[in-house]
Amino acid sequence: MSRYFTEDHEWIDVDGDVATVGISDYAQGALGDIVFVDVPEEGRALSKGDEAAVVESVKAASDVYAPVSGTVVEGNAQLSDEPGLVNTDPEGEGWFFKITLSDASELDGLMDETAYAAFVAKL
Amino acid sequence: MSDATDLNVEDAPEGQDIIQTLPLDAWHRARGGRMVPFAGYEMPVQYEGIMAEHLWTRESAGLFDVSHMGQVVFTGDNGLAPVIAALEKVLPGDIAGLGDRKNRYSLLLNEEGGILDDLMVTKRTLDGAEELYMVVNGATKYDDIAYLLDFIPDDATLNLLDEQALLALQGPKAVDALSRIVPGVEALVFMTAADFSWNDVPLWISRSGYTGEDGYEISIPAEHAAAFADLLCEQAEVKPIGLGARDSLRLEAGLPLYGHDLDPETTPVMADLGFALAKKRREAADFLGAERILAERENGPAVKRVGLTVAGRQPVREGASVVAEDGSVIGRVTSGGFAPSMGAPIAMAYVPTELATPGTVLKLLQRGKTHDATVTAMPFVPHRYVRSGAK
Repeated sequence: MSRYFTEDHEWIDVDGDVATVGISDYAQGALGDIVFVDVPEEGRALSKGDEAAVVESVKAASDVYAPVSGTVVEGNAQLSDEPGLVNTDPEGEGWFFKITLSDASELDGLMDETAYAAFVAKL
Repeated sequence: MSDATDLNVEDAPEGQDIIQTLPLDAWHRARGGRMVPFAGYEMPVQYEGIMAEHLWTRESAGLFDVSHMGQVVFTGDNGLAPVIAALEKVLPGDIAGLGDRKNRYSLLLNEEGGILDDLMVTKRTLDGAEELYMVVNGATKYDDIAYLLDFIPDDATLNLLDEQALLALQGPKAVDALSRIVPGVEALVFMTAADFSWNDVPLWISRSGYTGEDGYEISIPAEHAAAFADLLCEQAEVKPIGLGARDSLRLEAGLPLYGHDLDPETTPVMADLGFALAKKRREAADFLGAERILAERENGPAVKRVGLTVAGRQPVREGASVVAEDGSVIGRVTSGGFAPSMGAPIAMAYVPTELATPGTVLKLLQRGKTHDATVTAMPFVPHRYVRSGAK
């Protein structure tokens, strides 16, 4: 399984032709206390860059974009009751949605863990 | 990920591009404050997190740096009476009848009765001279001063105390922490003030604030502010609190924020601040906009500020619309967010007066999504001011 990151601070774990998407630890730290998450429904078709989810902290609302194109196979239902999971475990239990990969080549432009750490260090 | 809406941190007045720093700037940074521009200053939006800071203030005591606010003193060569008479033209409160060392919340009005600022005014005698001490909002202070200078008589002096820091210590344990350092503050009651001293540093302290909690506001010479803030934070009850929690605390307390819930198009009656219109002043009807304001008071304003509890968990924020069944816009949300003490989203909005009764269900529209909201009496969280008797 490989993990990639976007410049918009989403992470994506690819396992075969299904990928899991969330926001990075850096992103949850910048947002602060998360009080609401709206994840996409199963079956929704997304193109790379589409607004896929909404995450709201006490101070701001932010859009989460689809890092790749595909069809949503599951949204993380747990986040509606426990949005704070995004703060406590952003790159694990706090995942947002799972999506099929319709074009694996879209992963080429994304950063790996090392490149993302270097990217964040410069912010 | 990108910000769809932002915390209201872009309040620097137009044309004021230079961001100033507070006397406690280095102090905030050393304590991990995340600094953002607000009202023309770099200010801490949070330290450990808005939610924790908010809840800490409600149960213990939070220290807020509000030194961006304008501290103004009025004196008169021929006494204070002519100055007060002039100020009462633009303030609808009974300033002349204000007792010594008593605070009053008031509103700065324009010709149309619209609100240019909300403020606190205190009558005091220091070093034998009687004066009025006023605290105005940071983002409006220079405009306020220019406006006020046009009204005060030639023999009056307006002095901006820009060498004074202003700290607010808020919360049920504020009295315990502050009275340990400055004995005697426990004898003050809500909306009264007095001069104190700490290590020969003069302090002007009032029992007041903008969180709905008991607490104090402390004016201190800027060069001593860091040492005093350090000492306060050494008290077990006290932690520093940022702007983010200040906003959620005042929202839960039902207190309007200038530039958001109040503006020059809004009158005191629309803003549901009728308590700021003193009876004596209403009878004299001698302040700016009195005719319009008194007519609104008599007949009801077209729109009115209300509190809303929002269904679900998603915050509905400033800028969202209040919509009728047919989708037409009938009102606007002026403040909104997640209320940490309630675990639910709340908001303030202006709605037609016939829809302003508590219990009325309204629809809010934000980024294409509709939310149900119910008009709710404010404050959302009860005020806990200490109104009488020393502890």
